[in-house]
Amino acid sequence: MDRLLKLSALIDGTSRLVGKTIIWLILAATFISAGNAIARKAFNIGSNAFLEIQWYLYAAVFLLGAGVTFLQNGHVRIDVLANKLSRRNRMYVDMVGILIFLLPLCYFMISFAWPIVARAYVTGEVSSNAGGLIRWPVYALVPAGFALLALQAVSELIKRAAYLAGAGPDPLLLGGHDTAPDNAPPAHAVVTPTPVAETESGSASFPDEARK
Amino acid sequence: MIEFVSANIAPVMFGAVVVFLLSGFPVAFSLAACGLLFGFIGIELGLLPATLFHALPLRVFGIIQNETLLAIPFFTLMGLILERSGMAEDLLDTVGQVFGPVRGGLALAVVFVGALLAATTGVVAASVISMGLISLPIMLRYGYGRSIATGVITASGTLAQALPPSIVLIVMADQLGRSVGDMYRGAFIPAFMLIGAYTLYVILLATFKPRLLPALPPEALKFREPNGSSGMRSLIVLMALLVTLSTLFGRYYDAILSAFKGVETSAPLDETLVMSLTVGAALGLSLAGANRLLKLGLLSVIAERVVFVLIPPLALIFLVLGTIFLGIATPTEGGAMGAVGAIIMATIRGRLDYRRVREALQSTAKLSVFVMFILIGATVFSFTFTAVDGKEWIEHLFDKLPGGQLGFLIFVNAMIFFLGFFLDFFEIAFILIPLLAPVAVNLNIDLIWFGILIALNLQTSFLTPPFGFALFYLRSVSPVSAFVDRVTKKRIEGVRTTEIYRGSIPFVLIQIVVLALLIAFPHLVTGSLDPGIEVDLDTIEIPRATDDAEWGGGGGAWD
Repeated sequence: MDRLLKLSALIDGTSRLVGKTIIWLILAATFISAGNAIARKAFNIGSNAFLEIQWYLYAAVFLLGAGVTFLQNGHVRIDVLANKLSRRNRMYVDMVGILIFLLPLCYFMISFAWPIVARAYVTGEVSSNAGGLIRWPVYALVPAGFALLALQAVSELIKRAAYLAGAGPDPLLLGGHDTAPDNAPPAHAVVTPTPVAETESGSASFPDEARK
Repeated sequence: MIEFVSANIAPVMFGAVVVFLLSGFPVAFSLAACGLLFGFIGIELGLLPATLFHALPLRVFGIIQNETLLAIPFFTLMGLILERSGMAEDLLDTVGQVFGPVRGGLALAVVFVGALLAATTGVVAASVISMGLISLPIMLRYGYGRSIATGVITASGTLAQALPPSIVLIVMADQLGRSVGDMYRGAFIPAFMLIGAYTLYVILLATFKPRLLPALPPEALKFREPNGSSGMRSLIVLMALLVTLSTLFGRYYDAILSAFKGVETSAPLDETLVMSLTVGAALGLSLAGANRLLKLGLLSVIAERVVFVLIPPLALIFLVLGTIFLGIATPTEGGAMGAVGAIIMATIRGRLDYRRVREALQSTAKLSVFVMFILIGATVFSFTFTAVDGKEWIEHLFDKLPGGQLGFLIFVNAMIFFLGFFLDFFEIAFILIPLLAPVAVNLNIDLIWFGILIALNLQTSFLTPPFGFALFYLRSVSPVSAFVDRVTKKRIEGVRTTEIYRGSIPFVLIQIVVLALLIAFPHLVTGSLDPGIEVDLDTIEIPRATDDAEWGGGGGAWD
């Protein structure tokens, strides 16, 4: 179990590193997109490469970010019924889900996407738009993203098994929605103690910030 | 058993996905796994071709290059940056001071600021929390009815769901295969109806039950002139001047535009409104700026403050909605410019540092991942569900529903209202909407109208006790037990959860009335969709990078 937990910690560290890096791609995409709009309107110039790089960057964010979001328990769940389960039973649900849903899903998505990536690499496929970008890097993000997700799934599996065996902390308490710094109300917001039961049932695992 | 599954694979698959989703395992993965599982079962049973999944990666690539969805991170980032820039706090503080001295004024200020925040930050949690922290204590201090105070805060906070540039509307447009610009335009009048209805309700209450919505006492006013007067006269004169000038501008906007372009032009209502608003805002800012720089002393403290606090959000609304309505920018570009504008604005105000930017980006990334992954999961699910003729099965179910269009709309709205108690917006949008849209099309229901109805309906789900999110947000920042007020030194009871619940009910009813009006008069939504504008939008459409035939259509995942 010790070795497995070390592996899990290594995977978590990798995911966090990826997570820290990709957020800046959003900022880059924002400035590029705004720049495109202004350049096109004001100076009547446009570049397909710059138009395409926007969604290349966004694709990198959401595909590569799948793993770290899983680490932070950021993928929404429907927990009307699941809330009624005990902590241990929710761990079992997750473990079964990872084993029979998520890992096969990652395997098939990688194996479906791989031939297309390989072909695009060999043929040097380029966007059909004039001055567009080469395609294989963005195709490759799909298997890469699902690979990172699969790795994180393995780590989550180990942590849940460790918890059930009494050898590790509660993985849902680490970086879950309720504890993630970006999701807590602003520091000044916490002026009064709140009945725990109410806030918990309200915000449990639903990402409450940034929803529109 | 096998025969049963073969004969009823669509209903069995639908039943299975409901069970998978209810298990509490992440929605995105449950959906995708269900799609794959039933795809393999179908292949095994000989119902589906063995090559079924060959086209699946192309669908995923189609999602990647969907430019509309890029607007999601941009608008999210804009909202989160503004939230961290303290704009909400400044607005509430100032507008509360302006409206406070009249009966019901604080409640009106909350509605007004809620609408402004909705059109700029668009984050329900942030709006409710800042209003709960700033306006609620003042309302409690000066004796507002508790349920009215909490109700008006939660309801105004949820406006962000339905007002452009709401992400709800972007996703809705994507799933219904319509343009985001049209969706925004369609939401314009319903949004104003909602704000108008809230305002009317507050005014009626203030008229007939004045005890529940008292005016602020004079000692509660912060911005005073050196000579002790409130400075309100100056503000009223300034506002009257600006309103007159911008109304005049709006009146003659067609003529101005015609002269500018050299051809006879008639601008649609929304465009005229946005332009007039901009002109009024620009005038106000230049007047107040000149007054401050030249030390003219023409404006009172409060008048100047109102201008400086109100102009930034108004300018941003123009930057984003104005350019989209005018067809200058696509919604994606509008979102990007809005985000950059928010970053610049927050930097100028000295409210942005590395940590805040990083937090905003982290939240944006997280939201992007989970939304896009639900979409990927829903795509895999729908891929198989379509292959087993699931959509025909759904359409067939609705055949039996009486009442045609109206029966369908009432049924769907009632169902979504009910599901809204338990499900998240994105789940409803990505799972249910694509199943319902073909039925709506068969019944000749305009999809923009349909989308706006559902968006408003889902907004209501934020308000309905006991699970409404807005209620939880307010609960989390309102006092639980009695405390001694800092200013008046009086003991004030804590806010009970039942008071928050009770407060939301009148507003839920208002929402239902507005929804019913929109069902009865579709023109309220579709009337804003000027066909002339659509042509404009098409001509500025940037060359899409999605023309590759091989990439299998960049639109919604369900086409």
